[in-house]
Formats: sequence, structure tokens, C-alpha cells
Amino acid sequence: MLLGMRFHLQIAFLSWGAARRLLALAIPFIACATLSFAERASSSEQPVDASAQGTSASQAAISLPSGQAGMLNVVVLDPAHGGVDYGARGTEGVRESEVVMEFAVQVRRALESQGFQVVQTRLGNEDPTFDERSAVANAQQGAVFVTLHVASTGLPGTARVYVNEDLAVEPDVTRLIPWERAQAPFLSLSRKLGDLVQGQLAQRFKGSPGSEQSAAVRQLRTTAAPAIAVEISSVTVENRNDLDRMAPGVADAIAKGVAAFKPSYVVAGTAGVKP
Amino acid sequence: MSPNWRTRLIIGLAFVVGAAAIYLPALRRHVKRTAKLVQQTEEQARRELTQALSPTPTGPRVKTKLFWASGTEGPRLAAVTVELPLADDPVLRAKQVLNTLLAGPVDSDLRTLPPDAALLEFYLLPDGTGIADFSEALGTSIPSGIDSEQLAVDSITRTLEANVPQVQRLKILIHGQEVDTLAGHLDLTETFVVNTKPASAPAVKPAKAG
Repeated sequence: MLLGMRFHLQIAFLSWGAARRLLALAIPFIACATLSFAERASSSEQPVDASAQGTSASQAAISLPSGQAGMLNVVVLDPAHGGVDYGARGTEGVRESEVVMEFAVQVRRALESQGFQVVQTRLGNEDPTFDERSAVANAQQGAVFVTLHVASTGLPGTARVYVNEDLAVEPDVTRLIPWERAQAPFLSLSRKLGDLVQGQLAQRFKGSPGSEQSAAVRQLRTTAAPAIAVEISSVTVENRNDLDRMAPGVADAIAKGVAAFKPSYVVAGTAGVKP
Repeated sequence: MSPNWRTRLIIGLAFVVGAAAIYLPALRRHVKRTAKLVQQTEEQARRELTQALSPTPTGPRVKTKLFWASGTEGPRLAAVTVELPLADDPVLRAKQVLNTLLAGPVDSDLRTLPPDAALLEFYLLPDGTGIADFSEALGTSIPSGIDSEQLAVDSITRTLEANVPQVQRLKILIHGQEVDTLAGHLDLTETFVVNTKPASAPAVKPAKAG
């Protein structure tokens, strides 16, 4: 507790860059310690904080355990790219950064109808850095992270879920894991979440894989929460409506997949402390 | 002005116009040629230099597996066997197989890497870490997306795995620099696993004559 307060005070007076370095030592590894992965069937609904808004990077410093710690309450939704970074671009002028924003609206609505609080990494045409997006998730208690993408390739009308590849973490006397490896302790939970969401997508979009795939997705590596990337194919569709028609199915699949994952997500203990 | 002088002036002007009509196109061609030479980037110069330092081995042709897109709904990559006069030296060998991979398959739809991308240099550290330095086109010309970027890296790592067992992991640089991602998605700050088995000498199997 004392350690947590000290970091909190320090971070309040430092620039974000310096604060992030401290967080690299303070936050993440958090659940490394305290995550206990139990396949228990808990069906109790959690109260929803309807006032939830996007969390700024600086708020990432406030990572104190709440009364709801240990339960999955929050979904951090990341519409990829933004600003001058359009992401994938199709010949018909389709831009990934715009499509994912429109998908995010429907995904958010579907998740909220399942009782989740949704925090977005961007609400407009901004382009936060990878670390700023991860910081939004790393500041939450009981959260999962979903980053939305549209590919340049792949069978049109399909969707894939990616989980970060294995990350080697060298033992450290401090028992803390660096920011650059924040995803490492969460990989098994991420795979579980990825399989559940991919299963839902496969039911709705013929030709989609049956299970999640591993890829070195940069955005996922620094995220200290169960984290997946959902990529839809593709910006090369001849008619933009073909993509838009996928949005309700993608939203429903993600919401149902996250809801199915909820009983598996059990976090016990306090942030920043290993058992 | 007397009529005599006027005639001389008109003849003079006609001569200047005629000379300009001949000279200006030649000048334009010359400027274009010069501009083209200036556009030759440091990268191109470096590529020419490194290629000049990498003599093509003239040894026996061996069967070489290259991984390009399969073009089917099954596995995304398919091995294509070609015969190449591969060097025994792992660095030269890695350059040969990667340059052939970059050159692309017969069916250009099955390419995994952009046609304008080039391998600038390849290094092999004593611990088995290979470092492949590609031109900027690898990141700027590849279709953006997790799927396409992962396919590109997989084709590189699997081709190295099949042909250069000394390379255990691979670091990809772009124009000599470490970059965050390949084209906005795939993480290039880490190394990629190539061979998990201990390195051994390449099993060179000469192709059958004929």
C-alpha cells in the first residue's frame, strides 16, 4: 500500500514520459502475481458504471484496487490507427482508420448491452501511440483489451483473432516485469479470450478460422490485460457496404465472446504485488 | 531602321529560334539524365556495393525450399523447391535465398514481399541471431495489416529455417534502423524464432544432373 502511494505521488509530479518509466516498474506486473486462472462458472452480473469515459494516459498511474477488483467489468476498445495514419487503404478509398471507428460504435453498444463498461482509446480522429493506448488498459482493474483492425488481405467477409506470440521474460530480482513485456503474464488468458471470440466469429462469417492465431502484434505486447486483435477482411472489397454489413455480426461476436470469457477471468489480490 | 538591317535582324532571330529548337530538346534530355543519376539513392548504391561483394557461387546446384503464398484456403504458405548454387557460408547462403525469395515466384500473385524491396545486408552473430537489413520498400510497399505483415515475416523465417540452419532467430532492420512495426502492425522490435534446434552444418544435397 505504502509503495503504491509513493508511486502515485511521484507520478503526479512527473511528465508522462518519466511516469511511464515508473509505471514500467510499478503497474504491470500486477496481475502476474495475482492472476489465478480458474475455470469457474460464476454467473453473477456486475454493476455497470455508466459514467465511464475514456481514460487519459496520465490516469494510467491510478491503478488502485477497487471493490470490484478480481472481476471482469471493463472492456478497453481500441479502434486502430487514426489521424494521418489511415492504416490499410483500399482502391475504392476505404480507410482502415475510419472503418474501425464505425465498427467500434456497434461493438461498444453490444458490449454495453452485455453489462460491460467500455473505455475507448480514441473517440475521434486522434492517433494515440501504441504505449498510450496500452496505458488506457493498464490503468484499469478487471479489464480486457480488444483492438479492431481491417486488413488489406484475406478472404473478404472473414474475421480473424490474433493473440501476441510468446514473450520471453527473464527472471528479475525485483520480481517485476518491464513495460515492454506487459502482455507476458496474460498470454494464457488472452488465448482463452481469443478462442472464445474467434469461435463466435466463425459461426457468423464462413471461411473464418476456428481458433485464434498467434502474431507479433505490436499493440498487444505492452498491454497488461487479456488482449486480442480482431482483424476483418478487407479494405479491398469492391463495395464498402460489404464491410458495413459485417459490423453487427462482428460486434455481437465480440460481446458474446467477452461475456463467455468473464467467468474465466478471476483476479485476486492487489495490483503490483506478486504472491 | 533600314530595310537591310530589318532583314538581317529577322534572319538573326530565325537562326536563334532554329538553334534553340535543336538545342533545347537535347538540353532537356541531358537534365533528365542528370536528375535520374541524382535520384540514385544511397540505398541503391549500397545495394550495388553489397551485391558486388557477394560473388555468386558456382558450386553444385542444390534443392532449395522457398516459402511463398500458397494461394489456397489451407496453409497460407507453400514450399516451392528450386535449384540454386548455394554457398556453404551461412551469410552468403542467407543472402542468396532471401534475394531469390524477394525476386518472387513465377505467379506474381503468390508474392509475399513487395517487388521493389531489397535485401541490403545480412549479418550472423555468434549466438545464431541473424540480422536482415531490408530497404524501406519492405515496409512502405507491403499491404498494411496483421495478416499480410505476418505472412511476409513467416515467408522469410521459414525460408531461412529450411536453408540456413545456423540462423536460430532473426532480427529485421529497415535501412539499418530498428523500427517499431513493419507496416503499422507487426512488431519488429523483437526477434523472430527461426530454428529451435541447435545449429549444424547445412545438409547440402546436390541436385541430380539432368
